[in-house]
Amino acid sequence: MTVPKAIAGPSNFIDERIGAGNFMKRNLRKVFPDHWSFLLGEIALYSFIILLLTGTFLTFWFKPGMEHVIYNGPFDPLKGVVMSEAYASALEISFEVRGGLLMRQMHHWSALLFVAGMMVHMLRVFFTGAYRKPRELNWLIGVGLLTLALAAGLTGYSLPDDLLSGAGLRITQGVAISLPLVGTYISFFLFGGEYPGEDVIARFYSLHILLIPGILLALISAHMVLMWVQKHTQMPGKGRNNHNVVGAPFYPAFMLKAGAYFMFTFAVVAGLATFFQINPIWAFGPYTPADISAGSQPDFYMGFLEGALRLMPSWEINLFGTAEAGTLPLSVIIPALVPMGIVMTGLALYPFLEQWITGDRREHHIADRPRNNPHRTSIGMAAITFYGVLWLLGANDELAANFHISLNMTTYIGRVMVFAGPVLAYMITYRICLGLQRSDAAVLSHGVESGVIKRLAHGEFIEVHTPPDEDIEAHMRGKESIPEIPAAEDADGIPPKGMRGPIGKLRAKMSQTYGGEKIPLDEGHGHGDEHPAIGEGDDDRSLTH
Amino acid sequence: MTDNGHEIEQPDDRVPKRVIGTPDSGASMLEASQPQVDDGDVPGVYLPDEAKANKAEKIVALCFTITFVAAIAFIVNYVVFQVGDINSTAVSNVALGAPLTVALLGLAVGIVVWVRQIMPKYNLVQERHAMVSDPETREYVEETFLRGAKESGIPKRPLLRRTLLLASAPLGLLPIVLLRDLDNAKMPASKFQQELRHTVWGRKTKEGKPLKLVVEGTGQPIRAADFNSPGGILSVVPEGYEHDLNALAKAVLILIKFRPEEIKSGTNLNWTHDGIVAYSKICTHVGCPAALYEQTTHHILCPCHQSTFDAADGAKVIFGPAARPLPQLPIGVDDQGFLIAKGDFAVPVGPSFWERGDAEAKVRSTGGHA
Repeated sequence: MTVPKAIAGPSNFIDERIGAGNFMKRNLRKVFPDHWSFLLGEIALYSFIILLLTGTFLTFWFKPGMEHVIYNGPFDPLKGVVMSEAYASALEISFEVRGGLLMRQMHHWSALLFVAGMMVHMLRVFFTGAYRKPRELNWLIGVGLLTLALAAGLTGYSLPDDLLSGAGLRITQGVAISLPLVGTYISFFLFGGEYPGEDVIARFYSLHILLIPGILLALISAHMVLMWVQKHTQMPGKGRNNHNVVGAPFYPAFMLKAGAYFMFTFAVVAGLATFFQINPIWAFGPYTPADISAGSQPDFYMGFLEGALRLMPSWEINLFGTAEAGTLPLSVIIPALVPMGIVMTGLALYPFLEQWITGDRREHHIADRPRNNPHRTSIGMAAITFYGVLWLLGANDELAANFHISLNMTTYIGRVMVFAGPVLAYMITYRICLGLQRSDAAVLSHGVESGVIKRLAHGEFIEVHTPPDEDIEAHMRGKESIPEIPAAEDADGIPPKGMRGPIGKLRAKMSQTYGGEKIPLDEGHGHGDEHPAIGEGDDDRSLTH
Repeated sequence: MTDNGHEIEQPDDRVPKRVIGTPDSGASMLEASQPQVDDGDVPGVYLPDEAKANKAEKIVALCFTITFVAAIAFIVNYVVFQVGDINSTAVSNVALGAPLTVALLGLAVGIVVWVRQIMPKYNLVQERHAMVSDPETREYVEETFLRGAKESGIPKRPLLRRTLLLASAPLGLLPIVLLRDLDNAKMPASKFQQELRHTVWGRKTKEGKPLKLVVEGTGQPIRAADFNSPGGILSVVPEGYEHDLNALAKAVLILIKFRPEEIKSGTNLNWTHDGIVAYSKICTHVGCPAALYEQTTHHILCPCHQSTFDAADGAKVIFGPAARPLPQLPIGVDDQGFLIAKGDFAVPVGPSFWERGDAEAKVRSTGGHA
């Protein structure tokens, strides 16, 4: 087989100019490991591409202006209503441009999928420890991407200037102005004077379609390049170790699979936009700061902030009494900054805290199974619970209405659960992890139930156990014990350097708790030919003894 | 789209080998092993069965054809279905969206079948190397860096170094300085907070008369005698500012009619007229309009974060995150009996800000009522 001329010609042209052949040689057959959970990040990636495509379409008609116009379009209920240019053009896209509504709905759906994809991808990376050395940088880029995605969502959500998006904008302004010292300035500079002003839509527009996606694009590219250079992590399994990658080649298999997955994502977004209405802006009417509709809800990714705002007791401090300074509306500042701060800072610092606690400076390319690092998994579940309680409380009016609970009660329960929930989740998860580790140990030392019942000579019935499949066994044996920092006291009872002060002692204590082997795989049991499969050796041995 | 590169060998036993737990990605738990031809040249590449591949090709071709037809249908529907009103838009949305979905789905499914059934299964192994460069390289880079630094003269020319730093500091500030006029206000930034302390209720009409309270939406002035059913509520805006969103963001009111005996001490009776009380509608939490009113309990509720105010008792907070009552507006009637504002709010309306201070205490300290 020879390369067809149509391909050989251009390839030659490019190779002679930029030496592409060397790059191709190294990368065409680059191996990509396979696991369903590795596809979660791709959902976010493809959603981003769909966002760029549909968003570009929307810009051809959208007018980011706050000038008042009188609506004279085809949507009768709003005829003659005074509204902003932005809202009028969003209505025009919806009703007067063929495919406009479809593109608008696809844009909104893929935005939700973008953030959701990033979140589940991040959870996968967290729970498998794939952020560990050498991938800390890519993890930090990921935290940055998530933050920017929220900013992109916030700015985009406000653009149609309908009553619902305006409520979101109003809350954003109320939060901004409450910030100590700088709040008033931020609000006046952002809105071009007093709220709502006539500038904010245009300013959000340039942030939303230029600045934020530009940075997103740059960071996503960097994210991909780092992933490519460092090679993907792989799950533990047969023939896989820290020094190899096992899987399918980029060309042709992975490339095509990625393409198919893009098409699937695209199809799902198109299907959602076709059959499931999202953000029917015409039903809300134009924005006015004087009105609001009950049951106003933000997009899902802002729900946790909304919940935090709802949960907070009414605390406000005037540091200097009646003086014109020093007002601290804690009932706004705390919920607006603390949960977001805890989640984002916690995410960013986790790889480094873990390294500090375990003293582990090795490279890791084999993904952990979540059960095998029980404290990490429990911390993750606690964080999810914290986030989840706030998120649920962001819809407490819906909860109250649909489940016939008193609204005030949902708030009181939420105030308790936001603290108790994470603690409970931590304890429960930790126990589940240890249980799963025990079950792994049992499988490896005793084998699995074969489904064959056997009657022994003396009349007893037993179920014969058989060794687990090789792949499964290799998968389980991929477990690594978590390192601990050496903190043992020497012969004179002196702990090692760096472990002596209060911080050192705390570090040693945490390391001891976090690290080590909780349930050794072959704990107290032999394996191998002591528990043979039926047909070899002594048939009588089984777990039922 | 997971691939199975390593089929499970099934030993010829009386007991089938059981697989438990999370199987390796794509590892089939039930399927018997498929005969696979090892590609003679490349280890880890398993060519599929030719007959199966031929069958799969037909499926792929069908999928791709569906995509072709659906894409054509999209174009046809684009021409056939016009938009214009809510019904035709709904039809057009489905007429375009459904073929688009099918077209993309056809492509997706086709490629997946292609990859899984026609292309080989792979179990390729590639070496991984530590990310760190080898010591010689690092040494070379270090030397080169130092040589370059020396050649540049930076280490031994402090004047150059310091003036460069000096130069870059103000240059880096320029973008921030340039943002100063974002406020459009043509006033010192220290005056921002003064803007927040006033609303248009403090202004007069062109004729020098106090502003009338008019109903939001219709713009009708309100004759006090007509607003006479207890429990009644109106959303009210200032006369002449019905469409001024900046004015409305601070000036919109909630007007409630009480029986005189219902009003409690928190409400300033001097600012009411015949049981009619006006509160700022802008929630003191983060500024949503507190638009819900429960007649029997006199509760004003903000739908955003559920701050609840007792309208009969000076709109004090009884639940939720808002920390301050809704400010009350002094109202009265003009000579024709229409409700008018007798002045501005005594305290800033809406969300708190750093410079606000305890405005209520300030008013009280001068003998006023907040």
